[in-house]
Amino acid sequence: MATFHITELAEGKPHEVHLCKDHAHAYLQHEEDTPAQSPNLAGVLAHQLAVGQTAEDLSKLDQQSCPVCGITFYEFRSQGRFGCPHDYTCFTSELEQLLLNIHGATDHVGKCPKRSPGLVARQTEMIRLRREMKDAVAQEQYERASELRDEIRQIENEASGE
Amino acid sequence: MNLDELAGKSGEWLKGVGPDSDIVVSSRIRLARNLADYPFVGKATDLDRAEIEKSLRKNVLDTNQQAGLSYLNVNELDSLGRQFLVERQLISREHADSEGARGVAIDTGERMSLMINEEDHLRIQVMHSGFDLDAAWERINSIDDRLEEKISYAFDARLGYLTACPTNVGTGIRVSVMLHLPALVITRQIEKVFRSLHKISLAVRGLYGEGSQAMGDFYQISNQITLGKSEEELIKQVADVVPVLIDYERRARDFLQREGHENLHDRVSRAYGILSTAQTISSEETMHLLSSIRMGVELRLLPELAMGQVNELFIQTQPAHLQKISGKVLDTADRNIARATFLRHHLGRDNTRGQHEEN
Repeated sequence: MATFHITELAEGKPHEVHLCKDHAHAYLQHEEDTPAQSPNLAGVLAHQLAVGQTAEDLSKLDQQSCPVCGITFYEFRSQGRFGCPHDYTCFTSELEQLLLNIHGATDHVGKCPKRSPGLVARQTEMIRLRREMKDAVAQEQYERASELRDEIRQIENEASGE
Repeated sequence: MNLDELAGKSGEWLKGVGPDSDIVVSSRIRLARNLADYPFVGKATDLDRAEIEKSLRKNVLDTNQQAGLSYLNVNELDSLGRQFLVERQLISREHADSEGARGVAIDTGERMSLMINEEDHLRIQVMHSGFDLDAAWERINSIDDRLEEKISYAFDARLGYLTACPTNVGTGIRVSVMLHLPALVITRQIEKVFRSLHKISLAVRGLYGEGSQAMGDFYQISNQITLGKSEEELIKQVADVVPVLIDYERRARDFLQREGHENLHDRVSRAYGILSTAQTISSEETMHLLSSIRMGVELRLLPELAMGQVNELFIQTQPAHLQKISGKVLDTADRNIARATFLRHHLGRDNTRGQHEEN
């Protein structure tokens, strides 16, 4: 029998409930009936995951992690916060439905910075490079660390030289 | 910036001036921004946080030199100082309660505050007195433009500005208007109003972001969504309902005056009587009674009081303000006494009429 794992965020603290299918529906139905409550991220996410996933799917999904900042999907859904800008790319398939549920849209309209998005994406790579450099130093792989440092400097120069 | 000096003054947004300022206390816009080359605050190491703080602090101060910003290192402030900034709406409760390198830059008029290392790396806030969203947008947009020349923000061509929480992604904008709606509360129409606002995806919160049981009958109306609509559209969405709410509130006040002028006048006079003579009073009771007084001022039942003066009392009778003003840490019982003393002094029954500080 399928079990549904629902994470609620109340006052910023995650609270997990495990329910069978019927109870999950009743639980979420009850949530929707609460009047004058604005939808929150955790509620929307819980609803979305409860409807679409079995326990196995969910546990596989939970283990996925971002190559740039290392956050797992489980961490994201229990905290309701992403770890770095790249998570939006990394978890894009789960995010699509979540954004639709929250905003009713998936594409930005409005102000854009004048900088090129390509360079901005390169800069986000620096998060991973710095993390790897720190690990390399910790493991005394100094040659690797210095390669990484050069790569970071190169991006820094590109950014300041535009 | 000296917090003790700040305590006796009030920010420009409390002045009770600007369009429809009898009902609309303030108009506020906030933008959430992140640096492209660092993890979001939750995943940032102590070193990352320190570097983010250093870089943003420099760029914020450099690009706003004409505004005369003061920078406060929130991490080094004591809890009273942090609470004090929350009461003045200059930092969020989350910013006050979190840990690690973080700060806030504030201009002398307290119209703008730039929080560093809150939920996002940067939260820019502009707050104006009265119903004045267009001017607030113009100001915050230009602050953002100037910063954008120096900083690479985390931005995606399809999703827009990337934020720690997906509820802010896209424009990263939160537009909120704070209204004082005592007559809608008295006539029990407020819940109905909220339900209709939720239907058009607007959020309603209290003065300090609390739920529906708002202190002092202050309600903040803000946009719920941030993606898929432009900044101007999102501002318009909030701006369009404000005149409707103002109209409802004015009608409810007319109704109360017409149907029971004595009752309304009695309510205002009793509130004034208690606040100007009490010897000890809680924060909750103060907010409740000040709300009646504020309405009384608008209905010209208390000609000796000015709107700005009453607005200030709401903030200055908050716990951290009272302690800053009296210059010492006070427990709840002592705060209640200090609050009553402060109110008697400012509402003119302590033989000190006319000695209000000119702010």
